[in-house]
Amino acid sequence: MVVEDIHKAYGDLKAVDGVSLSVAEGEFFGILGPNGAGKTTTLEIIEGLREPDSGTVQLLGESQWPRRVALLPRIGVQLQASSFFEKLTAREQLETFASLYGVGAARAHDMLELVGLKDKADTREDKLSGGQRQRLSIACALVHDPDVVFLDEPTAALDPQARRNLWDVLRAIQERGKTIMYTTHYLDEAEILCDRVAIMDEGRILAMDTPTSLVRGLDAPTRVILERGVMSTSDANVLPGADDVNEDDASLTITTRKPADLLGALAERGSLAGLQVRTATLEDVFLDLTGREYRA
Amino acid sequence: MTAFKSLALAMFKGFYRDKATLFFTFVFPLMFLVVFGLLFRDAGTEKIDLGVVGNGPVITGLERTGAFEFERHDSLEDAVRKVRDGDLPAVVAEDGDAIVYRFARSDQIQAGTITGIVQGVVSQMNQQATGEAPKFRVDGSNVEDSSLKPIQYITPGIMSWGVAVTAVFGAALTLVSWRKKQVLRRIRLAPVHASTVLTSRVVVTIGVAIVQALIFLGIGSLPLFGLQLTGTWALAIPVFLLGILAFFAIGMLVGAFCKTEEAATGAANIVVLPMAFLSGTFFPIDQSPPWMQTLSQVFPLRHMNDGIMDFLVRGQGPSALVVPCLVLSAFILVVGAIAAKVFQWEDS
Repeated sequence: MVVEDIHKAYGDLKAVDGVSLSVAEGEFFGILGPNGAGKTTTLEIIEGLREPDSGTVQLLGESQWPRRVALLPRIGVQLQASSFFEKLTAREQLETFASLYGVGAARAHDMLELVGLKDKADTREDKLSGGQRQRLSIACALVHDPDVVFLDEPTAALDPQARRNLWDVLRAIQERGKTIMYTTHYLDEAEILCDRVAIMDEGRILAMDTPTSLVRGLDAPTRVILERGVMSTSDANVLPGADDVNEDDASLTITTRKPADLLGALAERGSLAGLQVRTATLEDVFLDLTGREYRA
Repeated sequence: MTAFKSLALAMFKGFYRDKATLFFTFVFPLMFLVVFGLLFRDAGTEKIDLGVVGNGPVITGLERTGAFEFERHDSLEDAVRKVRDGDLPAVVAEDGDAIVYRFARSDQIQAGTITGIVQGVVSQMNQQATGEAPKFRVDGSNVEDSSLKPIQYITPGIMSWGVAVTAVFGAALTLVSWRKKQVLRRIRLAPVHASTVLTSRVVVTIGVAIVQALIFLGIGSLPLFGLQLTGTWALAIPVFLLGILAFFAIGMLVGAFCKTEEAATGAANIVVLPMAFLSGTFFPIDQSPPWMQTLSQVFPLRHMNDGIMDFLVRGQGPSALVVPCLVLSAFILVVGAIAAKVFQWEDS
């Protein structure tokens, strides 16, 4: 998938303002950013649902605009809103979508199993929980066994348990050798799931790399947090590698750029009560790139 | 299963699993059919009240006309007082050769009717009293088939209306709801042609309409209502199908313009309701004022009504197919073309 310099404006609003990226086969690629960053529009252009004002998209070696019917069976799209047929059960939804691609009903049952909805097969879509609907909509996107899967905020508005269930589903899809492109506004989630991420804000890509490289490239200090009272702030200040020490009601926080040295010294002293080590996250990357706190 | 069949099945399941839709498709028009059917069952047989005092050949003759419900009084004064109070439209007293007739002018049409009948009967008696053969003879009989009762008008009218409502609402609401829920977008991402989606919806609409027609005609044919179909009823089928397509096209047009189901429901009602009242669904159109009859010619429901009635109950021949079929086909082409032009896959 190769995207070159796509632009899309709605009136004065530049929804997508010069996005270029490429995704290799089998890659799990995430587009992150706050709401209104242009993630969904970017995805829609790549899927072939919208025409870019300028720029080109090559998907599986072909241009997606205008609608290219031969390419459609090879891509699977889960839409932001759960788009289902009214009053049909989970199984019927999958069977209907399967038949649109000329796929048999047996495949629909495999999909229910993959997303863990086998026991909900005969439940109508409006009786499913938010997480179950999301999983069903992902199953609908996968029912025709596409090579490339687009997921738009699959984990939005889910409780933590449902999110984790969905992560397992997404990993299972990747293990089947699919290329996945997905958007999210949860940075922590992207860090765990994605091979590579693009951080978007105001229609532009600010950074694109593996999550680890992005965080490492930030060169941010590590924070070592201990229980308050384990040692005094003055003792902490003289520890090897300690750059800065802060104490609040509950904990003592030591900031360091040499976490190995500091942790070694703490272990020697036996002062590891309540130890937590916080390294920089993609949120820090976002903060660094935009100069403002990340707010989903 | 093919995409066409599974889409039709999905739409059909969505239809019959929705209780409100089922109600408005089958029960609601049926309520009109039953109410109007019972209301007009005895229409035309209602008799006029008439006060009578005394007895004689004239009063017997009046009784034989079958137009009156007699109210017997002992004295003329009592009866006249009742007429003056507005409790009776008129009174006839017969005492030997003297006939006294008193009536209230407040209802001029009724007064005219009664006066005409009373004078007619008296003249007949006078003529008979001369013992000569009457010089003028009237050969009169009613022109309708003797079975043409109100139910014969009501059933095809309400059937057309019910089918039209279902076609408009079915097309409009499916379109709006599928666009809003992004089902259309999802379908667009599948290798399916738009015409497959369209034809599967048309097939479901026609299927539902056939069930409606069978139910309405079945209920109308119950002995209670007494609908009788004429020999050419099968010729109504092409008009019926073209009518469904015309209203389906209207529904597509409504669905193309409306963003929400609520707006679509309102718009569909605005289109269908006036048409129902102005096209002779609930009462025969030839009884309405001329301007309304002219106006009704622009509505497809009028032509669907006329066309279906011609074959279902009037027993017309195939030549009566021409006008309704041409008008409805033209309507389908024009409205369908506009709907296709303004159709949108998704909200912009």
